[in-house]
Amino acid sequence: MINVLCFAHMKDIFGGERLAINSGGIATVKDVLEHLKSAYDADVSGIMTAVNEEFAEESTPVSQGDTVALIPPVSGG
Amino acid sequence: MEKRFFVTSEPLSVEELAAEVTRPEAGAVVQFIGTVREFTKGRRTVYLEYEAYHSMAEKQLEAIGREVKERWPDAESAVGHRTGELQISDAAVIIAVSTPHRKDAYEANEYIIERIKQIVPIWKKEHWEDGEQWVGDQLEQTRYPDGAPGGGNK
Repeated sequence: MINVLCFAHMKDIFGGERLAINSGGIATVKDVLEHLKSAYDADVSGIMTAVNEEFAEESTPVSQGDTVALIPPVSGG
Repeated sequence: MEKRFFVTSEPLSVEELAAEVTRPEAGAVVQFIGTVREFTKGRRTVYLEYEAYHSMAEKQLEAIGREVKERWPDAESAVGHRTGELQISDAAVIIAVSTPHRKDAYEANEYIIERIKQIVPIWKKEHWEDGEQWVGDQLEQTRYPDGAPGGGNK
């Protein structure tokens, strides 16, 4: 499985802070986002991602057991 | 205090953050306190809620600390950021920087808050009398645009 963490309004979109998706057919961040778009009919445009707590690109590899965080524009401070 | 760069649900202490960077080599300690503002664009905030990707946020704060060291080798810095529900005037973030001379401390301190707003995974949710919204959610899906006293302001 791949763990997906949802923050801020992503929690509302996905109905929770944490999702687990099957890693079959998933090789990159882009694959994760495509899966979420189709499985949840979710708009994830403009969302940054992190893989295992490091900011990622769409091409960043994702594999079994990894944690992918969906990071909306930050607003700390 | 154990960490110099931390996220906490507990109230922040100006004195503790200052103590983290105060040292004999320093001739200046500059602190920034980011507080909860009551009115934004004419709209009254009742309270703010901060959420963090805790572990990554602390890593990112530490990374900013390293950036400061590269730019101002003589600077020492410490940052605490709150999470949870904050009331008007509560401190959401405290940044402390010490340097031998004051100019660097002012500059490094401002650098840190600007970087926090760019690369640290922390979000705030505005709670108004008539609605709520995650800041950064440009779609404003949860806002009630018509029922607000300040709703006409933009």
